[in-house]
Amino acid sequence: MADRDDTAAAGDLGPVTTLATPIRLDFEFTPGVAQSRFLRGLERGRFIGQRCPKCGMVYVPSRGSCPTDGVPTTEDVELANVGTVTTYCVVNVPFAGQSIEIPYICAQVLLDGANISFMGLIQEIPADQIRMGMRVEAVWVDPDRLTPSLASVRYFRPNGEPDADYESFKEYL
Amino acid sequence: MAERCAVIGVGQTHHKAKRDDVSIAGLVREAAKMALADADLTWTDIDAVVIGKAPDMFEGNMMPELYLAPALGAVGKPMFRVHTAGSVGGSTALVAAHLISSGIHKRVLTVAYEKQSDSDAMWALSVPQPFAAPLLAGAGGYFAPHIRAYMRRSGAPEYIGRMVAVKDRRNAMRNPYAHLHIADIDMKMVEESMMLWDPLRYLEACPSSDGAAAMVLSSEDALSGQYPPAWIHGMAMRSEPTMFAGRDQVNPRAGRDCSADVYAQAGITDPRRQIDVAEVYVPFSWYEPMWLENLGFCDLGDGWKLTESGATAFDGDIPWNTSGGVLSSNPIGASGMLRFLEVAMQVRGQAGEHQIGGARVALGQAYGGGSQFFSMWVVGSDKP
Amino acid sequence: MSAVAGRRTPRPVSIASFAQARNVRRDDEHNEVEMLMPVVAEVFGTIGITKDDIDFICSGSTDYLIGGPFSFVTALDAVGVWPPKSESHVEMDGAWALYEAWVLLQEGEIDAALVYCFGRSSPGNLNEILALQLDPYYVAPLWPDPVSLAALQARALIDAGKATEADFAAIASRSRRDALDNPKAQVANDIPAEKLLEDEYIVSPLRRHALPPITDGVAAIVLAAGDKARQWSKPVWITGLDHRIETHSLGARDLTSSPSTARAAEGAGVSDGPIDVAEIHAPFAHQEIILKEALGLDETVVVNPSGGPLAANPLMSAGLIRIGEAATRISSGRAHRAVAHATSGPCLQQNLVCVLEGE
Repeated sequence: MADRDDTAAAGDLGPVTTLATPIRLDFEFTPGVAQSRFLRGLERGRFIGQRCPKCGMVYVPSRGSCPTDGVPTTEDVELANVGTVTTYCVVNVPFAGQSIEIPYICAQVLLDGANISFMGLIQEIPADQIRMGMRVEAVWVDPDRLTPSLASVRYFRPNGEPDADYESFKEYL
Repeated sequence: MAERCAVIGVGQTHHKAKRDDVSIAGLVREAAKMALADADLTWTDIDAVVIGKAPDMFEGNMMPELYLAPALGAVGKPMFRVHTAGSVGGSTALVAAHLISSGIHKRVLTVAYEKQSDSDAMWALSVPQPFAAPLLAGAGGYFAPHIRAYMRRSGAPEYIGRMVAVKDRRNAMRNPYAHLHIADIDMKMVEESMMLWDPLRYLEACPSSDGAAAMVLSSEDALSGQYPPAWIHGMAMRSEPTMFAGRDQVNPRAGRDCSADVYAQAGITDPRRQIDVAEVYVPFSWYEPMWLENLGFCDLGDGWKLTESGATAFDGDIPWNTSGGVLSSNPIGASGMLRFLEVAMQVRGQAGEHQIGGARVALGQAYGGGSQFFSMWVVGSDKP
Repeated sequence: MSAVAGRRTPRPVSIASFAQARNVRRDDEHNEVEMLMPVVAEVFGTIGITKDDIDFICSGSTDYLIGGPFSFVTALDAVGVWPPKSESHVEMDGAWALYEAWVLLQEGEIDAALVYCFGRSSPGNLNEILALQLDPYYVAPLWPDPVSLAALQARALIDAGKATEADFAAIASRSRRDALDNPKAQVANDIPAEKLLEDEYIVSPLRRHALPPITDGVAAIVLAAGDKARQWSKPVWITGLDHRIETHSLGARDLTSSPSTARAAEGAGVSDGPIDVAEIHAPFAHQEIILKEALGLDETVVVNPSGGPLAANPLMSAGLIRIGEAATRISSGRAHRAVAHATSGPCLQQNLVCVLEGE
């Protein structure tokens, strides 16, 4: 290549289409007062929600405010370990960071006593047998492994109760 | 009193999985220059620039309006950045339109983009937070349960989703800018595609695209351009809380309220009869029947019947997503603007192969987040 | 209200109410919703209104500070938007959220807007995070930190003969002394400038005192027009509002001046009348000198009586707070006409100017 100047050589290499810039940022998150209650509950193997003083609805987890009234939720409410699958989907796609064997069931679970469902993993049932209205219970990690984190809940599983009537949860779809 | 406002120029990129032939600045300029040319204007004719996109973490570039100011000719001008989740492309256009209708500016350039291939989009959407619920299912996993709820409520047969997937991809064949061009798409191909988030199959979900959209908006006394203006007859935004007790995620009130507002401004009382063409944010096939009901094109529970009847097909009486929709091109931050832009093209008569003959009134809709943010406009070929 | 040729006279819009949290180095007790709720309650409560009186909401924040996408989404729960509201969000300082709300109010169809912003600067490392604002191809990969960039600007200012290090110290000393009267300030003390000049350099020529503190803080403003402006409070009118941006390339800018501020000041009509007070968003002490010149302020103007960003600098909120502080000086009768300023980007790349006037 001694007979070419540097400019020509660079031109022959074609355009640069990618420039990798690794970015790593570390953050210290603050869960806040209300979520701390929820997390401390998980550490004890319990679901702790909070009630809105205005509309009476029970949120779990509460982020500290009633989303519709915009006022602080301050009254703690301990919720049951059981709930109802309001709706679900079966996940057949593997993606980064997810280690669960596919297919698996991802469901909206409405805990008894709560007015909001949250997303949970359903196990101990073949994926094609999940139903809207199925009654499920939380399966927790061993007591010595409980932490203030949702990792304390391993998954939900059918608890054998008859399915909930559609009318009882259709407002939560 | 609000001043009249019109779209006088539109531009968009060729949307692709990876636009590694252009930088971020090159991508937005491609759309912006096309919009300026359509409006017969140059950078110096523009009073202000309004830019929108979804999370900055998609490209790893924080508040990119700073870096993009010179590329978009904004130096010395007001430059504004909007972010309202998936509806952002729509709300960005609305912020730009308000700069005209408030009488503050005469000509505004509005641009929206996403260069999703620049980072891992799935990662950017789900940065792990130590105490938050671990993301169990990805984006489709958030919406699939609501689709199941819709199917249960309406009794819709399962093939409806596939019909939408085929219809929108066939429309995309008419649009040279669309990301997906699947020439031999049919019901069988969709049915045989991989089940991702049961009941959603691979071909019933939107792609991940790089792309940009741009429009030039003008006041009544500053009109120019290659085509007649698309007059804005109504515009509205609505938000509701992300999660609350009894929230209807299948038929969100924010969407109903937003359409009621925009219809009232545009004098629309019977959307199915009065709207000639609509571009509606349908990232997963089932959102067409859901939004048909939410937008008042039919009674509750009947959306799937309209889809099934072919009413929303290209040759139907209310063609939906003539561009191919989000199912065919999805540069997230620009996806909402592409809806708004397509209907402007329709009423200006510049949509080429995907032009609906005689389109005079059209609805553009975008939504975002967990269906809690909505933005809409109605444009028409007649001056309001 | 002034009417300059070529500039429209805006519809009168009043800063009806302003509230901010006490600014702190790190609020590790509350999440964003919990930080905002009391401030939103206060901004409504002081004028006796509720969220139902509000026609439009606009917020300002940025995901990169919080460390998660869509951070504005849940923040809305601090207001409770039910029934659904017309609402928008800018990935900018709350001052620009106020601009969007003001634009909508100009059309005359609505009369009241809530603007809020949350700036939690403490969760991550700002020196790394703010580097991501720079050109992603040629500059950001070098990770230049914002203090070093500001130091380049300060050095250019000194070399141009426009300021000395003693001037920076005097500004810092005055700001933090004034902050003693501001119960919401984070850094307030009475240290003479000569003493501050004994500080070590952080990045020469900037010593610690010339840098803003890292602050967690939130703020909110209610804008009112029409009858509501008088019903809700003694009006503080926005008589001019404009914002401008400069090129991104630092090498293409004269860092010792701020032409975008000067343009915005012209657009907002700063020079249409005498200014009593200026609340200037100059995060670094030397930037006050540049901005004062660009705003055309003389020595009679009281600058940053709240202590300014050197006393508390919650990112994404500090600009809106300037507008709120300036309005408060007018509503309390200590000023008649004021200018408030907000900035964004490295070395004052983007600037907003707001002129406020009492009756």
